[in-house]
Amino acid sequence: MIKKILLILFFSLNANAALEVTIAQGKVEPTPIAITQIFGTDSDTARYGNTLRQIINNNLTNSGLFYTVNEDLYIQSDNLVEKIPRFEDWKLIKAQFLLSADVSKTDTGIRLRMRLYDVFNGKEIEKLQLTIPDENLIRRVGHTVSDIVYERITGETGYFDTRIVYVSEIGPLDQRVKRLAIMDQDGHLDSHQFLTDGKNLVLTPRFAPNNQIITYMEYKNNLPRVYIYNLKTGEREIVGDFPGMTFAPRFSPDSQSVVMSFSDPDNAANSEIYLMDLNTRSRLRLTNDSGIDTSPSFSPNGERIVFNSDRGGSPQLFIMDKNGDNMKRISKGRGVYGNPVWSPRGDLIAFTKLTQGNFHIGIMDTNGNNERVIVRDFSLESPAWSPNGRYLIFHRQKRSNLDGTGGEVTIHFIDITGYNERLIPTPRDGSDPAWSPLL
Amino acid sequence: MLIVAGFFLASCAATKTEEGGNVDAASTSASSSSGGEITAGTQEDLIVNVGDRVFFEFDSSELTVDAQATLDAQAAWLMQYPDTNITVEGHADERGTREYNLALGDKRAFSVYSYLAQAGIDTNRMEYVSWGKERPEVIGSDETAYSQNRRGVTIVSN
Repeated sequence: MIKKILLILFFSLNANAALEVTIAQGKVEPTPIAITQIFGTDSDTARYGNTLRQIINNNLTNSGLFYTVNEDLYIQSDNLVEKIPRFEDWKLIKAQFLLSADVSKTDTGIRLRMRLYDVFNGKEIEKLQLTIPDENLIRRVGHTVSDIVYERITGETGYFDTRIVYVSEIGPLDQRVKRLAIMDQDGHLDSHQFLTDGKNLVLTPRFAPNNQIITYMEYKNNLPRVYIYNLKTGEREIVGDFPGMTFAPRFSPDSQSVVMSFSDPDNAANSEIYLMDLNTRSRLRLTNDSGIDTSPSFSPNGERIVFNSDRGGSPQLFIMDKNGDNMKRISKGRGVYGNPVWSPRGDLIAFTKLTQGNFHIGIMDTNGNNERVIVRDFSLESPAWSPNGRYLIFHRQKRSNLDGTGGEVTIHFIDITGYNERLIPTPRDGSDPAWSPLL
Repeated sequence: MLIVAGFFLASCAATKTEEGGNVDAASTSASSSSGGEITAGTQEDLIVNVGDRVFFEFDSSELTVDAQATLDAQAAWLMQYPDTNITVEGHADERGTREYNLALGDKRAFSVYSYLAQAGIDTNRMEYVSWGKERPEVIGSDETAYSQNRRGVTIVSN
């Protein structure tokens, strides 16, 4: 399905230099864009058009980098796929960019045509024609168009045609039923799917960077072990035959290995970090210390690993080479650190920190310098990067009470500048979110 | 559910009665004085007459003096009922990351397991498992709840 979409994508790359909307630290003024009605040729295609327009509008607005000019202000109401816009009309309402599209039925399926215009320079900067076999792919088309617009205007890689895997939660806090679930990055209910039935406790799902495989932890027969789940085939498989608990799994950047913690009964059940090759099933022990070593996360070049260890007394962040050499502590501030996750751009590490009664989600340079807090609350956990390294998702849990109330847990999105936080809706409570690579 | 009922029983052990049928969650929560006859060698027996759990300090898997006394009694009880097998559960409070607390819960469970082993209990009779912060005994975001959730619980598994 993914290949199919790529094959039928048709790009016209203009020779224009990338338009510069430079993303520096600090608050970004959103860029005004107008999105015309997405025209259809009959009632079906008109409906697809409405859906697509809504998806594109939501995606671009939610990124915090765009706002859509109020439709009531539009002067020109034509389909601008084949017709050149009256740029003066769009300048007047201060639309910097203009998107127009239409949908029709063809012999091979449903066809979308899109044009993106730079209003101030009065020219077309992107066009796209894309055909899908049936309407099941409409949401994917909306995300793909959003990515193209985002990339063309910001110069950054998009992140809309992606999914979020997470743990869906329901029931009393002391007997929580947890299921793996997956949805589009916008959390749209139509895209939501449960992956497990809730019989066994499941925790900490994470995507492989290169394919649609998830690694996670499951209490199958009350034995907590790391598994992989192939989303294409539905196959589930344990990662290695370990005599004790395995947990905290993450893929290596080439998706060929899983780095995780193993709590060996022959080592006083102390958690050490192991690298498990998924092809050869050979395992390599990377740490050796009487403290807890867990939450490993690879650098995107595969050379180093950041992890959480209490070897110095309290839980802190450390980095080491991929073979365990050159270990050193990087967290410098006061407090209890955890959950380090290396940015897909390679330049930052996201983490949680507990200090003065609150959890913080922050980012730091890979040497621990320039630590800054992005969000603070009573309980925050599980930061996960967007594939373009600009956003984080995480979960937030409310305080619970002795009578069993409270404790609601929800998934949130935030720009790493600390702006533009918003809830990602889930049908039940949600925790441990992780982002897929671009589909 | 068994654990919840058990905890309630433990806290009202002084008022237990000998008459009546089997103890279950419904009857104990209906009235603290309507407990049942306790079958020797069962989970109920362990809870009421020995103590099924030990508590840990914040971020620690070391057994306190109190914990060791409880485990000495558990070991004696396990000697008395040699056909009884157990699973030791290790738990953490909610003020840590999920993964760190899984690790901590495993160290706690193992502390109990190895103490019992050193006290002479055959390891073939024992298993242990960490539940991290996933199965609190007491719901609540305060130290009262946390101190009861940082625990190692001995569960009769046969």
